[in-house]
Amino acid sequence: MPKSNYAMIKTSPEARDIQSLEAVVVRFVGDSGDGMQLTGTQFTDTSAMFGNDVATFPNYPSEIRAPQGSLYGVSGYQVHIGSIEVSTPGDNVDLLVAMNPAGLKTNLYAVKPGHTIIADSDSFTKKNLEKAQYETNPLRDGSLENYRVIEVAMTSLTKEALKGVEGLDNKSITRSKNMFALGMVYWMYHRSPEHTIDFFRKKFRKQPHLIEANTKVLNAGYYYSETLELIPNSYSIAPAKMPSGTYRVIMGNTATAWGFLAAAEKSGRELFLGSYPITPASEILHELVKHKHFGVKTLQAEDEIAGISSAIGAAFAGDLAITTTSGPGLALKGEALGLALMLELPLVVVDVQRGGPSTGLPTKTEQSDLLQAMYGRNGDSPLIVIAASTPANCFHFAFEACRLALEHMTPVILMTDGYIANGSAPWKIESAASLPEIGNRILREAREDWQPYQRDPETLARSWVLPGTPGLEHRLGGLEKDNPTGNVSYVPGNHEEMTRIRSEKIRRVQHRIPDVVPEFASEGDLLVVGWGGTYGALHTAVKQMQQEGYGNIGLAHFNYINPLPGNTGEVLRAFKKILVCELNTGQFAKLLRINFSGLEPEQFNKVQGLPFGNDELMDKFKQLLS
Amino acid sequence: METKTKKYTYKDFASDQEIRWCPGCDDYVILRSVQKALADLEIPKEDVVFISGIGCSSRFPYYMDTYGMHGIHGRAPAIASGVKLANPDLSVWVITGDGDSLAIGGNHFIHVLRRNIDLNMILFNNRIYGLTKGQFSPTSFVGQKTKSSPYGNTQPPFHAGELAIGAQARFFARVAGNMPAEMAEIFTAAGRFEGTSLIEVLQNCVIFNDGCYAEYTDKSVRADKQLYVEHGKPMIFGKDRDKGLVLEGLRLRVVKLGENGVTPEDILVHDACEQDPTLHQMLIRLEDPLVTGIIRSYGDVTFEQREDALTRQVKSNSDFRKTDDLFFSGETYEVH
Repeated sequence: MPKSNYAMIKTSPEARDIQSLEAVVVRFVGDSGDGMQLTGTQFTDTSAMFGNDVATFPNYPSEIRAPQGSLYGVSGYQVHIGSIEVSTPGDNVDLLVAMNPAGLKTNLYAVKPGHTIIADSDSFTKKNLEKAQYETNPLRDGSLENYRVIEVAMTSLTKEALKGVEGLDNKSITRSKNMFALGMVYWMYHRSPEHTIDFFRKKFRKQPHLIEANTKVLNAGYYYSETLELIPNSYSIAPAKMPSGTYRVIMGNTATAWGFLAAAEKSGRELFLGSYPITPASEILHELVKHKHFGVKTLQAEDEIAGISSAIGAAFAGDLAITTTSGPGLALKGEALGLALMLELPLVVVDVQRGGPSTGLPTKTEQSDLLQAMYGRNGDSPLIVIAASTPANCFHFAFEACRLALEHMTPVILMTDGYIANGSAPWKIESAASLPEIGNRILREAREDWQPYQRDPETLARSWVLPGTPGLEHRLGGLEKDNPTGNVSYVPGNHEEMTRIRSEKIRRVQHRIPDVVPEFASEGDLLVVGWGGTYGALHTAVKQMQQEGYGNIGLAHFNYINPLPGNTGEVLRAFKKILVCELNTGQFAKLLRINFSGLEPEQFNKVQGLPFGNDELMDKFKQLLS
Repeated sequence: METKTKKYTYKDFASDQEIRWCPGCDDYVILRSVQKALADLEIPKEDVVFISGIGCSSRFPYYMDTYGMHGIHGRAPAIASGVKLANPDLSVWVITGDGDSLAIGGNHFIHVLRRNIDLNMILFNNRIYGLTKGQFSPTSFVGQKTKSSPYGNTQPPFHAGELAIGAQARFFARVAGNMPAEMAEIFTAAGRFEGTSLIEVLQNCVIFNDGCYAEYTDKSVRADKQLYVEHGKPMIFGKDRDKGLVLEGLRLRVVKLGENGVTPEDILVHDACEQDPTLHQMLIRLEDPLVTGIIRSYGDVTFEQREDALTRQVKSNSDFRKTDDLFFSGETYEVH
C-alpha cells in the first residue's frame, strides 16, 4: 500500500476495544444519487491494498435517477473483506450504512441481529419516512432494538465541515456526505483514508476545491468515529494469505475486456469489437473503446445484428472479432451466429446474462441463457460454449474463448452474468509473458490444391485465407457448402456430411480443453454441480460443509459447457447423489441428462434475480445427505 | 488508396461458377458492367471484396473471381463495414436489392450512409421480390398487383435516393439496367469515390415484374423520358437535345430550347459536388423526365479517416504500448 502520510490523525483506538475478525461484510445503501457505488468501491480498493481478500456485489436500480427517497430507487454496494479466502460478497451483513429511510427499509433484512447500523439521522424526515412507507420513525419507535444503531447527523456534520470552503453549491455539499460515512467506516475497520485522498487528487485534478472539500468531509467522518462514544469498539481484519504476486482489484466486465486485449496481443491479430449497448454488458464496450493505443477498433453499431454482422466481416478480413451482449441481444444475433458457424470463421460472442425472458430483469443476475447459447439458432448449429465463474477469471476465459475461436475456426459463446460482471475481486495480474501462445489457421501463400473447406485432419478446422492474399480468391456464404470446394451445394448426401462434420469439429475441441477437477472430494455421497458465476457461492457452501464435518461432499464446477470436459461422466458417476445448482429452472441439469443416460441429478434452482445464499445451499445439501 | 495496379479485362473477374439468373435478366448486364469497371479501376483482384445479402441480386459474389461473401438478409452493409474497418486497403462492394436494403435491412442501409465508410453499394431495384417469387417490395407502387397484393398494393413506396439523401448519402447515382456503358462509367466513378457510394440500378425482372421501368428505359422513349446528368454540364435531354431543366421558384420545370426565348444558357448546370442536397433531392423526385447519372457526389471525411486520426492521436498521447503497461498501471499492490 502507498506510504501513509496520515499519521497526523492516526487514532489511538487502544482507548477502546479492538476486536480481531476473520471477515466482515459491509453494505452501503442510499439513493441512486447518493454515490453508494463510489463509496463501496473506495472501501473495497483500500481493503484490497491493505491485503485483504475481497468480493463485491453492487445492486442498483435500472432507473437512472429514480424519484429521490423512493423504495425502488435504492442503490446498494456490498463488500466482503477477509483475512481468509473470500469467494462471495456474503449473505448477511455486519455493518449496514443507510443514508436514508428507504435504504434502511429495503436492506434491514440482511443485517445480522446484534450487528451495527449507521444511519444518517438528518435524512429521517417526515417526507422521507413517508416515501419509504414508514408510519413511525424506526430510529425512535424501538423497532431496531435488536441492532446496534449509530445515529449520525451526517448531512449537518458535512455542512459544518465544509464551512469556509469556497466554490461549493448546496447540492455538491450534500452530495459529499457519502465521504463522511466512508470516513467513519475507515476508522471502524482501521483503514487509512490515504488511498481515497489520492483518488480525489487524481479525479479532481482540475478542481482543487473539490479535492479539499472531499478530503475535509472524509477526515471529518474519520475523526467523528474516533471521538464518538457511540462506537464502542473497532475491528481489525488482518491481510489474507494469497499467492504472492502483483494484484489489482478488477471488475468482471473489465477483466473480460482485458482478456481480449491480451488475446489480441498474443495472437498478433488486431482486435475488433462490434457492439450495441445493453445492460449489463456495456462496460466491456466502454473499456475496449479506451484502448485505441493498442489499435483496438470498436464500432458502436446501429443494433445487435449489425454488431455481430460487422464482427463477422472483420473476422473474414482477418481481425480477432468480438461482439458483446446480454440475453435479448443474443436472441437478435442468432441468425448471424448461424452464418459465422457456416462460414467457419473465428468469432467470440460474450453473453453477460441477466434475468429473462424478454426484457426481464436487466440489472439482476440469472443463468437462464444457457440453452439459448447451446441451441438458439435454426438448423443443427453446434458451437463452443464456455463460461467464466469469477470476476477475475473472466480474464482467463475471455482469452480462452479467443484461443478456441482462432485455433478451431468457429464462433465461441463466452457466458458471464450480471453478478460476476459487476462484482470485483483481487486479480493476480497475468503478464503477457505468462500467457500461452495462440495459434491460428492463416494461410498466406497460394497453393495449387487448396480448397476453402479443406480441413486440418486433427481439429477439422479449415484454413483462414484473408482478402488481400493473391491467388486464393474465394467466396463464402450461408448456403450449404460443397465439401471441400465451398461451392453452393444442394446435394442431399453432402448436406448430411457437412452437418456431421460441423458437429464433430466441435466435439473434437474436447481434446484441447482441461478435465473438470472436483474439489473437496472425488467420490462420496453428494456431488454439488454448478457452472459459471455461481462458483463463489457453491465453493463457500461446500467448504463450510467440510468444516462442519461433512467429508463426503464434493464440488464439480464447469467452465466448459460445449463440449463438456472428457472426464465429466467419470467425475459425476463417482458420487451417489448429484445436485445441480443453477440460477434457472434446470438448464444445465437438462444438458447432463441428455449427455449421460441414466444419470438422474437432483436440482436446486433459484430464479429471483439474486445469487445463491449460503444458508439455503447448506440446508439443501444437509437435506440430501440426511 | 491503392498504389499497386494491374491490367485486367472484364474476363479476369468472372468466376468458374455457372450463372443461375433467369435468361434475359438485367443482372447479367450489371455483372458485366461491374467486371468492366473493375478492369478499368486496375485494383488487384485479391484486394476486391463483394458482400451481399439475400435475394436474386445477392448471388452476385459467387460469379466474381474476387473475395466474396453471400451474407444474410439485409445485413450486407454491416458485414461490409466490418471488412473495411478491419482492412481499409480493400475495395469493398455491397450488392443488395430493394427488399434486402429497403425492407429487412433498412436500418443498416441508413446507418452505413450516415457513417460514410468507403464502400460501394449497388442496389438492384426491380420493385418486386423475385427470389421468394413475386411479392410486392418497399418500392412497388400503390395499386401494384403481386402475389401478396392480389387486389393491389396499399403501401406507398420509398424512393431509394430520397431515403439515401435523408441518411446523409454523399454519393448517389441512378442508372437503367439496360445501359451497360453508363453503368460501367458510374461504377468506376463510385469505385474512385472516397466514402459510401450508392448506385440504384433500375432493373427489370422478366418473370415477376416485366417492363416495370419500360416507360423510362425502352429504347424508343428513353431519350425523351430520361435525363442523364453529368457534373458541370447543362441538364439538357430529348431525342433532339432540345429540352432542359430550369428552376422556377421551388420547382424544376422542363422548358424547350428556342421556345419563349429560352437559350442553352438558361438551363441549369448540374453540380453533383454541391454540399447542399436540396437540388439533388428535387432531381431524385422528378418523374418526367426521370433523372439518371451521378446525381450527387459530395466529397467528405470518411468514417475510417476520422477513426484513424483519433487512433493516431490517442496513440501519441499514451504511454501504453503493450498490455503489460496497462495491467500493471494504476492501483496495483504486492502480496508477499
